[in-house]
Amino acid sequence: MEIKQKKEKKEEIVRIYIMGREYKVPAGLTIMKAMEYAGYRFIRGCGCRGGFCGGCATVYRVKGDYKLRMALACQKTVEDGMYTSQIPFTPAEKPIYNLEELSPSVNVFLEYYPEIAKCVSCNTCTKACPQDLEVMDYVQAAIRGDIQEVAELSFDCIMCGLCAMRCPTEIVPYNVALLARRLYGKYVMPKAKHVEERIKEIESGKFDEEIRRLKETSMNNLKEMYEKREIEPE
Amino acid sequence: MSKIKIVRGYPEYMRESIEAVEKTRDGRLKETFPHMSLEERDEILHKFHPDYKKEAKRPVKVGPNKGDLMPHEVADLLEAHPLIKPEDVDLSKADFDVDVLIIGGGGAGMTAALWANYSGVDAENILVVQKLRLGDSNSIMSQGGIQAADKSNDSPVLHYLDVIGGGHFTNDPKLARRLVLDAPLIIKWHEELGVMYDRETDGTMITIHGGGTCRKRMHSARDYTGLEIVRNLKDEVLNKNIPILEFTSAVELLTDEHKQVAGAVLYNMETQEYYVVKAKSTILTTGGFGRLHIQEFPTTNHYGATADGIVLAYRVGAKLRDLDAVQYHPTGAAYPEQIVGLLVTEKVRGLGAQPVNKNGEQFVYPREPRDVEASAIIRECYERNNGVETPTGMKGVWLDSPMIDILHGEGTIVKKLPAMLRQYKRFDIDMTQDPILVFPTLHFQNGGVIINENAETTVQGLLAAGEVTGGTHGKNRLMGNSILDYSVFGRIAGVTAAKRAKNAKIGKLTLNHVTKYEKMLKEADVTTDRKAPILLPEYRGEKVLSRALDIF
Repeated sequence: MEIKQKKEKKEEIVRIYIMGREYKVPAGLTIMKAMEYAGYRFIRGCGCRGGFCGGCATVYRVKGDYKLRMALACQKTVEDGMYTSQIPFTPAEKPIYNLEELSPSVNVFLEYYPEIAKCVSCNTCTKACPQDLEVMDYVQAAIRGDIQEVAELSFDCIMCGLCAMRCPTEIVPYNVALLARRLYGKYVMPKAKHVEERIKEIESGKFDEEIRRLKETSMNNLKEMYEKREIEPE
Repeated sequence: MSKIKIVRGYPEYMRESIEAVEKTRDGRLKETFPHMSLEERDEILHKFHPDYKKEAKRPVKVGPNKGDLMPHEVADLLEAHPLIKPEDVDLSKADFDVDVLIIGGGGAGMTAALWANYSGVDAENILVVQKLRLGDSNSIMSQGGIQAADKSNDSPVLHYLDVIGGGHFTNDPKLARRLVLDAPLIIKWHEELGVMYDRETDGTMITIHGGGTCRKRMHSARDYTGLEIVRNLKDEVLNKNIPILEFTSAVELLTDEHKQVAGAVLYNMETQEYYVVKAKSTILTTGGFGRLHIQEFPTTNHYGATADGIVLAYRVGAKLRDLDAVQYHPTGAAYPEQIVGLLVTEKVRGLGAQPVNKNGEQFVYPREPRDVEASAIIRECYERNNGVETPTGMKGVWLDSPMIDILHGEGTIVKKLPAMLRQYKRFDIDMTQDPILVFPTLHFQNGGVIINENAETTVQGLLAAGEVTGGTHGKNRLMGNSILDYSVFGRIAGVTAAKRAKNAKIGKLTLNHVTKYEKMLKEADVTTDRKAPILLPEYRGEKVLSRALDIF
């Protein structure tokens, strides 16, 4: 049986400007695929290609519009008259800390990222976010020391760096948020007691004998046990 | 090309089929398609799984696995010339002399680096080499979760049974045992790092089913589980000041006169300069082969998944296994075109969405092991012709995502699947209201470099962990066992390397194995100009490539 997921050639062509240089590419491609079609081979500015790694932060503008817009090259479809340029690296501050020695205190953000106090609430960070997160809101929460709010509002952050590049007061929102999530996960969220208990059982050797038996039993036996195992209902 | 009318993200003609799906929804909410017996699984795999297509594979002509069947795309890389010639590299002076060299900075690599450090190797005696940025990997893309048998109704014994059955009883039992017994310990370590797993207010982990699980043991962090773990690992590696070389690939391993691996030759992808690393232990954590596009399938994998690790390991004589077993994730996006092949996490089915055909009918239990589920979708599209065709000619089946909010309450998708929701919203599709179109996509390298319980390969001095290895999952990995795999064996590799650091003695660095490999290729009559590892896939447009001049 032939599996043929055919793709017909698209005829519609759009004109884009890759770092100012004009190329004609098929409509419907993402910026990333359009650049490759045009002949670029990425070393930087390309990671997961699926919207998860933040490696392909891109700034673009469409002809006739003065607005600079932000996107992920792997997630944004090209438009006719698009000027595009990538930002493959953000030279942002990332202080070194030992999480074991920190506590989830109200002042922890001001200590490591004092510049957050300079936030002028311009909301440019929020507008820059390709994940549509409420970046300014979480920066404000960080100023208040509300760790939970920062952690939850920032959870879907892919750390692409665009918020930091746009901030007029040099705040690095995504690193502030990382610290918040780590503190929240480590110190604020309640620990799972059942995990601890299971580790003790495993260390005491509780399951060793049963697994040994499974390892040594005949293939037929094993298959039968597998088929007969009870499935937890929804 | 005439413009197709798009209605809420879908071409108008697909709306008819979506209506059929809506019509059958109430009935389907009450009834789930039964799961298959082992015989039925066997039959559908043989008939429809791409792995069983004979012409897609060939026996590899050289090396320790000579004669083993592998996909052509993999055999091509093993039957290829090395990138460097021994005479091009000056081995008399090492640019780096370390205890632990880690090749690959994804989940396995960072975990190994941290545990080598915890186990007593100073940060400056570790070196992590990463082809892209630190953390760029399949690890960061994994969405659905991580398995660990830590609930009272569950046990590592049941987890073991699921792993072995899901792998069609072909796994290495010792590795499967280690995987399940160390799982809770990994969850605890992640908690200590600050990973925000989804929990009840009392701390109890929220867990759901995955394909082939008999207990709800999938732990997740929304549908950004991989991202959340990798963010923590990366921050921790940076905080420990562990040296990292980004945009640098390993192009060949080094050996010494004791026939052990002794480091690697690295290549700066940007300046094209090489570096020589001498290392007491070398850990391969290079990930898998999705970007080889086996049988021309699209892939969920990240840009660097080009099988470099198996090539490097094979050249020094490490044995491989199960490379004939390719995992096609049942649900890759089939529409819209911009995201074809990207992952639709198994968590969507875990939360209750059913796959249905163009008529809105169920045709498979929603959570069979991945290869079985994928085969059923292929059968539905190609034998029974019940797929929906996209404007570019792809076929797919519906995954009835709106069921999730009906089953678990409105807002569940917003809360538990934000990545999926966002992905589709970018292309004007609202998965809380409309189903999404899926078809299998190349997802995971089931096999790889053989390791033992200490993460040691068959060659002294070379360790490996994560997707580059084989055995743990046999011929088919279950959802939620890949994060677990890289965590368990990444940790073990770090610990083993730290032990080796105390006693290992490295002799004179050589590339003799490269000369030997070339000789082997010649003796096997392999005539080719292919070179490997390929480091990155080639996606440049055909027209450009046909006119490219090599003068700069």
